[in-house]
Parts: sequence; C-alpha cells; structure tokens
Amino acid sequence: MRAVAPNRRRPYVRSMVGWWRKNPYFVEYMIHEGSAFFVAAYALILMVGLLRLTQGEAAWNGWLTALRSPLSIAGHLILLVAMLYHAWTWFTIMPITLPPIFVAGKRLSATAITAGGLAATLLTSVLLLLLVWRLGT
Amino acid sequence: MSANLKRSNQPIFWLLFGAGGMLSALLGPMLVFITGIAIPLGLIFSPETMSYSHMHAFAHHWIGAGFIWVIVSLFLWHAGHRIFHSLHDVGIHAGTLARIICYGIPLLATVLAARSLIPSLI
Amino acid sequence: MSEIEKIIPIEVLRYRPEQDTEPVLQTFQVPFTDDMSVLQGLQYIKDYLDGSLSFRWSCRMAICGSCGMMVNGIPSLSCKTFLRDYYPVGLRIEALAHFPIERDLVIVMDDFIEKLESIKPYIIPKKPRTLIEGEYLQTPTERDAYEQFSSCINCMLCYAACPQYGLNSKFIGPGIMALLHRYNIDSRDGGKAQRMEMVNAEDGVFDCTAVGYCSKVCPKHVDPGNAVNLNKMESAKDYFLRFVMPKGTGK
Repeated sequence: MRAVAPNRRRPYVRSMVGWWRKNPYFVEYMIHEGSAFFVAAYALILMVGLLRLTQGEAAWNGWLTALRSPLSIAGHLILLVAMLYHAWTWFTIMPITLPPIFVAGKRLSATAITAGGLAATLLTSVLLLLLVWRLGT
Repeated sequence: MSANLKRSNQPIFWLLFGAGGMLSALLGPMLVFITGIAIPLGLIFSPETMSYSHMHAFAHHWIGAGFIWVIVSLFLWHAGHRIFHSLHDVGIHAGTLARIICYGIPLLATVLAARSLIPSLI
Repeated sequence: MSEIEKIIPIEVLRYRPEQDTEPVLQTFQVPFTDDMSVLQGLQYIKDYLDGSLSFRWSCRMAICGSCGMMVNGIPSLSCKTFLRDYYPVGLRIEALAHFPIERDLVIVMDDFIEKLESIKPYIIPKKPRTLIEGEYLQTPTERDAYEQFSSCINCMLCYAACPQYGLNSKFIGPGIMALLHRYNIDSRDGGKAQRMEMVNAEDGVFDCTAVGYCSKVCPKHVDPGNAVNLNKMESAKDYFLRFVMPKGTGK
C-alpha cells in the first residue's frame, strides 16, 4: 500500500433552514404553493354541499344558508383572491412546463404563453357565467 | 453512481395534480364567485339558480354529476400533491403520515363524491 | 484627465478547513474601475490583499463555467457580473449554494460529475456506422430541436438555484436533465431507453416542483426547467404506455 497523506479535507455543508426566506423568488414560490390550501378548502366546501344535497331539501337549504353568513362571504372573497392568484401563477409557470410551440416557424414567447393561458381563463369564466345564468332562468 | 433507479409512482399523482391545477386555474375563480359570492348575495343570477330542485336535477344528469365529481376530486388531488411537496419544502419529510393525509383525503373525497352521485344516476 | 479611484467593499465567505470550524465573512476594500468584473475583484484580492483566497476560474468570458458563485445571494458567473453595479454599497460573495464548500469559494462538485457521467452525455448511435458508411447526418431542423439544451456549460448555477437539490441532493437536478434531454431528442441518438431509467427513478424528474429559478439564473439561456418538466410528461407516458407497448418499442 502507498502511504497516504493525512486527509485535510473537511467539506462544509450549509444548512437549508429558512431557505425560502433568502430570496424574493422563493418567497413568491412558497406563497403560490400555499394557494393549494385555498383550492382544497373550496373543494371541501363543495364536497359538504354535495353531501347535503344527497340528504334532502332541508339539508341543502341549510348549506345555502350557511353560505349566506358574513363569515362565509368574507371567506369566499379570500378564496376568490387565492384562486385568481393560483390562476395567475399557474400560467406564469406554464412556459417552463410546456413543450416549445411554433407558430409560423417562430417559437412562441413565454409572455405569449402566459397571456394565452390567462385569456383562456377569461374565456372559460365568461362561458361558465353565461351557462349558469342561462341554467338559472 | 449508486443511484436508486426504482421507478417512481409520482406520474399518477403528477397527472392528477396537473389536471386539477389546470381546471382550478380555468374555472376556480368564477366558480368561487358564483357559489360563494354571487348566489349567496343574490347578485346577477336568479334566486332559483342553486335551489334544491335545480341542483337535484343537475346532479341527476350525467353531465352535471360528472362536472361535480371532476371538480371536487381533481381540485383535491391538485391541492394534496402540492401540499405534499410543500411539506418537504419546509423540512417535513415525505413520511407515511404525510402521504396518507395528502393523498388519502383526495382519494376519500373521490370515492365519497362518486358514491353520492352514482345513485342519483341509476 | 485622471480617473478618481473608486473603492468598493467586497465581503467574501471564507472557509479554511484547517482553521475555521464554519465559514466566516471577511471584508476587503477593493479599488476598481467600471470595466472590472466581480472575478477581477477577487483576483485583485488574491494578488494584493490576501493570497490565500481560493476560487475557481478560467476563461473570463462566460464559456468555461468555472467561476459560478453566489453574488448577493444570486447564483452568478463572477466573470459576467460587474462591480460597478454594486457600488457604493458593496457586495457579498459566497460559494455556490447547495454544494458542500471545499475551501472559500470552491465547492465539491463530485456529485454533479457523477450524475453527468451516469446519463451518458454522448450520442449512442441507433446503429453504429462504419467509416465507409460516412457521418451521421442531420438536417438543420433536427439540430434546432436540441440546440438550446446543448448550450449548457456545466456551471452549476441552476443547482445553486434549485431548492429541491438543496433539500435532497439525490435529485438528478436541472442541468443534468437539460443535457440528458439534449441527447434524447437528438435525431442521431438511440440511447433514450437507457437514460429514461434515470428520468423515471424516484429521485428523477418528479422531485422537481417547478420552482423555475434554475431557468432564470442560467447564463446560457438553456432553460433547464423546461427540460425537467418536458421529461415529467415523457416519464408519465413511459409509466402508462409500458403496459400497452411491446418491450423496446415504447421508449
């Protein structure tokens, strides 16, 4: 065996504690990841509504009454903001997740993809509004 | 490399996450506005829009039932997967408990929603 | 007209394993001119203020990928970042985040190199050709498909930008995925099936949560985040289609 000099290497591994506070980019990332809690909350509210619907008219009307409470309205305003933020950030990330799209031989820019996604949300929102309005009358 | 080349099962959850994320980005804001703000406050829509008879009929049609089922379950699959990874981000490592909660709730809701809706279709 | 000499404070995270138990900050007052890069500032320190300062560099022109460091917390090539932009407040320079520090601004890159080797970053011909048969031909369009991903200079800024790599260094990571993708989509290559094993693995692409900062810091506009996320779809296809496709054709 060859004589080996004592190993003076002592690589230092830095801690990741609080990593997301160190860069505004990461702070924003954590906030948009947090939108998941609001999406979940809304789905659970709908889930309760569905269960109440299966329990008959009185139960359903109880759910509707609960939705009219000021607390519920305030909560849904927060949910609305969170949902909009989710939509905004979902389409901001989309250029990274989509394969390159070519239009007339030119690659579609990230801005165009994000704008396209937001336009799609606008379109589906208007359609949904009209559909519900139509179904309600 | 001593890499672990065991195939990940994440594609299933990632696809559900993506579908739910896209759906909530496209429809989420307007749905919240309609069910949580406009209808309770009596804005825009006729007061009958979400009445028992209307919603009962809606859930009894396969399109309506399918819509409710897809919205409730995919929103939860989206949220569960995202929260599962966020827990890892803040240092709570992907243990069995995290997995059970983050994927168990969406699974339970998917089954429960289907069980509530299917009888109305038969 | 003589230029008035400007002095900028440069804070450097030092780590000398033989004397420091943990990294410590040291500030140097560095005279500079407007055309000086951060790397030149470090070279000034090494030449005139403290010869023991260690850092990697080579080309000084953003092509060798050696001089990546954290400049005010942002992964940057120090040769492509200029002192004038930090005057008069000064700047803080640290070793690339998420890698162990070997000494001062030098990081341990063994993990990156191992991963680089593991993905077979070379063309694996579908069918080897003899010299007589000539070159492996490719059209300009076929070349365009991977060109962006071939611009990677292995500077590892994207790894320093990736919290998922920082949290779990087993994750294959952005830059390596960009290179893997570059070969997988090369029309002359036939090695995709072998490389997909790394993509599909538990510490393959699905450790990524689409933070996207990797693509923001890339000095060569490779968009490694795109490579990772495109391969999530590839991997999902592979996951489900393996039941449908006969072995060897689906990949």
